[in-house]
Amino acid sequence: MSEELIQRVRNIIANTQRIPVEKITIDSSFAELGIDSMDGVNILFALENEFNITIPDEAAKQIRNVRQMMEGVERLIAGGAADTAAVTS
Amino acid sequence: MQRVAVTGIGVICALGRTTGEFGRALREGRSGIGPIQSADCSNVRFRNGAEVPAYDHRPYFDDKHADFIDRFAQFAVIAAREATLDAGIEWTPELRENAGIVTGSCVGGQSTEDAGFHNVYKLGLNRVHPLTIPKTMANAGASHISMEFGITGPSYTISTACSSASHAIGQAFWMVRNGMAPLAIAGGSEAPFSFGILKAWEALRVVSPDTCRPFSKDRSGMVLGEGAAMLVLEPLEAAQARGARIHAEIVGFGMSSDASHITQPSADGAARAMRATLCDARITPEAVAYINAHGTGTQANDSSETAAIRAVFGPYAERLAVSSTKSMHGHALGAAGALEAAAAILALRDGFLPPTANFNEPDPQCDLDVVPNVSRNADFEYALSNSFAFGGLNAVLAFRKA
Repeated sequence: MSEELIQRVRNIIANTQRIPVEKITIDSSFAELGIDSMDGVNILFALENEFNITIPDEAAKQIRNVRQMMEGVERLIAGGAADTAAVTS
Repeated sequence: MQRVAVTGIGVICALGRTTGEFGRALREGRSGIGPIQSADCSNVRFRNGAEVPAYDHRPYFDDKHADFIDRFAQFAVIAAREATLDAGIEWTPELRENAGIVTGSCVGGQSTEDAGFHNVYKLGLNRVHPLTIPKTMANAGASHISMEFGITGPSYTISTACSSASHAIGQAFWMVRNGMAPLAIAGGSEAPFSFGILKAWEALRVVSPDTCRPFSKDRSGMVLGEGAAMLVLEPLEAAQARGARIHAEIVGFGMSSDASHITQPSADGAARAMRATLCDARITPEAVAYINAHGTGTQANDSSETAAIRAVFGPYAERLAVSSTKSMHGHALGAAGALEAAAAILALRDGFLPPTANFNEPDPQCDLDVVPNVSRNADFEYALSNSFAFGGLNAVLAFRKA
């Protein structure tokens, strides 16, 4: 996972949750950060806008911590890039 | 205090355009959920809703009249017409002067608002239709009912999200019980199928991609519905004196606020509303045989509601029947409590337990008798109807067999 991706996701969580970015590590659980279900939905919305991705409901339900969130975003970006490559080639 | 009778019922929803059709569908366990037709869902992650099938205003309103009434308020008037006809009300000048109307609506005239804003935001036009405000306002249902029947007594609208109609019926019940009105029309109406609203529900990630399976382990969320139900409430003695048919008695109303979270339900708040209703009705938990649950089909609601029912009913919860008719008529938001009150009344009157449709698999978190898929014949005396809103505002009604 790229450092840039980690930073962007940390910033999104910090901005949405209105907590200092230093508090957020890749190993933070949502419970530690005080993220409840509605907060989680807000963060997903911000991530979708930031990365121009669509996070399916089923995938969203599985996410319980920052690492899973980052990995999910990474997969969706890679999937989107693959789709784009397929269209342009 | 006077005892209060339900003497009229009117229903229009995905299950039918009359109370008779509604009752038959409940008995058959037939779901009205299907692909959404009245709004464009091509760019929405879910496809299904519970719409009034092939609704057109023409059998109910001439074009000029319909121009002034949004779909949600049309439903309110249609249900009120059926309910008042059913009640066989003899309108006198005095009755028109003093009768009241209390309606519930969560989102008001959404499709009107959506179309108006689309014009200025998307199409870049400089004008929004002048009827946008009077068609969108949540009280339009109550206003059009008042004009339809010339009712000039206390009339208003309550907007408490998914509890709106239960709060409305409860307030009307107390008005009649306390002698503030000799008759009340009460219920709720909703027509939430606009593109903007569908996208907003999509973002909340609580709508099922297929259907509504309350209390089932594989439940995947709610399904939006539309429609209206209206009840006519009168003092029991007066109704008996004029020889009216009594569908049921309304005997209790209780409210509570969770004061905890804007979307997450609280079992404690729900339990307090049920206890308040039993207290208002002066009945014990053991008197209740059936609960028409809030039962949205979301993971959070159904387990929380089960915990609340267990907290109130204790070991007796094992002997309760609890079903969610949202599995059939969808979640009609501000009309939900009225559709479900109507379902509970028909269940009492006609002696059956409406099922929880689309049920696949028991969930240990929802370990109640949820009347899976098939209705049952049952003669019983008391039923509750639960409504628990986003924002934690809860309303519960109690009905008694006539």
